[in-house]
Amino acid sequence: MNFLVLSLIKAAVVAFVLMTTLAYLQWIERKVIAHIQLRVGPRRVGPHGLLQPLADVIKLLTKEDMLPSHVNKVFYFLAPFIAVFFALIAISVIPFGGEISIGPIKTAMQLTDLNIGVLFILGLSGMGVYGVALAGWASNNKYALLGGLRSSAQMISYELPMAMAIAAPLLMLNTLSFRQLVDAQGGYYFGIIPRWAVFQGPFPQIISFFLFVIAAFAETNRVPFDLPEAENELVAGFHTEYSSMKFAAFFMAEYANMVTVSCVATLLFLGGWQPLFPAEYGSKFIPTLIFLLGGAICLFHGFNPVRPLDRITLPVAGIVFIGIGAAFLIPIVATILLPLFWFSAKVGVILFLYIWIRGTLPRFRYDQLMNFAWTFMFPVAIANLFITGLLVALT
Amino acid sequence: MDAILFLLFAAIAVVCAINLVLQSHPISSALSLVGVMGSLAVLYLLLGGEFIAMAQLIVYAGAIMVLFIFVIMLLNAGTELRSKRHLWGMYAGIPMLLALVGVVAYIVRDVLPASGAVVFGSFQHGNPEDIGKNLFVNYLLPFEVTSVLILVAIIGAIVLARKEVD
Repeated sequence: MNFLVLSLIKAAVVAFVLMTTLAYLQWIERKVIAHIQLRVGPRRVGPHGLLQPLADVIKLLTKEDMLPSHVNKVFYFLAPFIAVFFALIAISVIPFGGEISIGPIKTAMQLTDLNIGVLFILGLSGMGVYGVALAGWASNNKYALLGGLRSSAQMISYELPMAMAIAAPLLMLNTLSFRQLVDAQGGYYFGIIPRWAVFQGPFPQIISFFLFVIAAFAETNRVPFDLPEAENELVAGFHTEYSSMKFAAFFMAEYANMVTVSCVATLLFLGGWQPLFPAEYGSKFIPTLIFLLGGAICLFHGFNPVRPLDRITLPVAGIVFIGIGAAFLIPIVATILLPLFWFSAKVGVILFLYIWIRGTLPRFRYDQLMNFAWTFMFPVAIANLFITGLLVALT
Repeated sequence: MDAILFLLFAAIAVVCAINLVLQSHPISSALSLVGVMGSLAVLYLLLGGEFIAMAQLIVYAGAIMVLFIFVIMLLNAGTELRSKRHLWGMYAGIPMLLALVGVVAYIVRDVLPASGAVVFGSFQHGNPEDIGKNLFVNYLLPFEVTSVLILVAIIGAIVLARKEVD
C-alpha cells in the first residue's frame, strides 16, 4: 500500500513538472528565437510574457474544433492520442536523481527502474511514428499525406543510426537500466575529468554523442529535419487539418519527445546527475553561485529599470533566485536539489541547443536528408560501434 | 493481478486478430496487427521475457508494421472489394471452423505430452544479460549461421530490387 501511495505521489509530481516544463519550454523557445532574430518575443500576457503558456492553453481549449469532410474519423481522432500517449509515457523510466530519504521514507527519484529501460524508450519512439503517419493519412489532404509519408520514412531511417549510436556507450557501461548507466559513469579520472560516457575510456563516446543528437533531431522532427511539417512546402504537414486540442496534442507530443530525447542523451552520454567536477573542488557551490549571480543581475536591472514594470517584476525574480541559491546551502535540501540541478542543467543545455539550431539553420532538402542518414551517419555509427566493441573486448 | 492482466491482454490480442480479418480497409487491418503485436509483447512481459517483449515491440510493432503502413499509404490502397460469398463458405464455414478448433483443442489437451502449469513470475532468465550469454556462449554457432542466412536474404533483396543499369 505504501508503495502504491508513494508511486501515485511521485507520478503526480513528475506529471506536474513535465507539463509545466512543456508549457514553458515553448515560452523559452519563442523568447530565445525572438532574441536571435532581434525581436522581443511574447511580452503582453503577464510580466515578460510569463503567463503566455497559460493564455495559449486557454486559447487552444476554447477554439472551435473543426472536422474536415471525408476524413477517416476513427483514425483522425486516434492519431493525436497515439502521438501524445507514447510521447508522455516515456518519462516514466527516466531517473532524475539518486536515492533520497525524506524522514523514514527512502525512494529513488524515478517512477520505475526497468532493467530494459533503454530498450523501452527505443520501443516507444518506434510506436510514436504511428501518430504522425496516421494523422497524415486520415486527414484526407494531400499535404498532410505527404507530411505523414515523409515523417515515416525519416523516422525509420534515423532510428537505425540512433540505435547504433546508443549501442556503443551501452557496450562500455554494460547495462540497460538508466539508474545503473548513471552509476557506471560516476567517479573521475585524475580526480578531475568526469567518467561520463563522452570522456570515458577505452573509447570516449563523443562521436556517438553527436550521432545520437543529430538522429534525435530527426526523430523529433525538429529543424533542420522538420520536413514532415515544412511550412513553405506542405502548409503544416501532417497536422494541417488539426485544430484546437488535437493540434495541441501534436504540439505537446513534439515537445515531450524533445524533453525525453534530451534526458536520454544526458543519461547515456553526459553522466546523468553526476557533477561536472568533484565536490572537493567545490562543485556543490556552483548552483548557489549561478542563482546568486542571476539574482544580483535581476536586482541591478530592477533598480535601474528600462521599462516601468521592471521596477516590480525584476526585484521579485531576483529575490526568488537568491532564495533558491540559499536553499542549495542547506545540507539536507542540497542532497535532493544538487542531483536535480545537474540533471536539469544538462538537459537544459541540450534543449537550448535545439532552440538555438532552430533559430540558425535552414532546412535540409529531402534527398539530402536521406543521403545524410544512409551514406554518412549509418557508416560512421557502424565504424564507431566496431571500434568501441574492439577496444572494450581488448581491455 | 497477473492473471487479470493476462486475460485482459489475451482478450485484446484475440479481438485484434479477429478484427484484422474482418476489416475491409488495409490500414485498419495493419493497425489491428499492431494491436496483436503489442498485446503479445505484454504477454511476454508477464511471462518474464523482458528482452523478448521489447524486441517484439521494437522490431514487429515498431519497425515492420510502420513499413507495412508506409507501403499501404504509398500505394494508396483503398477498401478491398468483396466478392459474393461462395455457397460452401456460407453454410459450411462456421461448422468447419468449430470442428478445426475442436481438433486442435483435443490435440493440445490429450495427445501432446502434459506440461506443467504456468506460474507468473517463476521464469527469471528473460533479462538481456541471460539472453546475451545464451546467444553468444551456448548457441553461438546457430546464432552465427542465422546471421549469415539473414545477410544472404538482405543481399538477395537488394539484387532483386536493384534497377538495371546499362
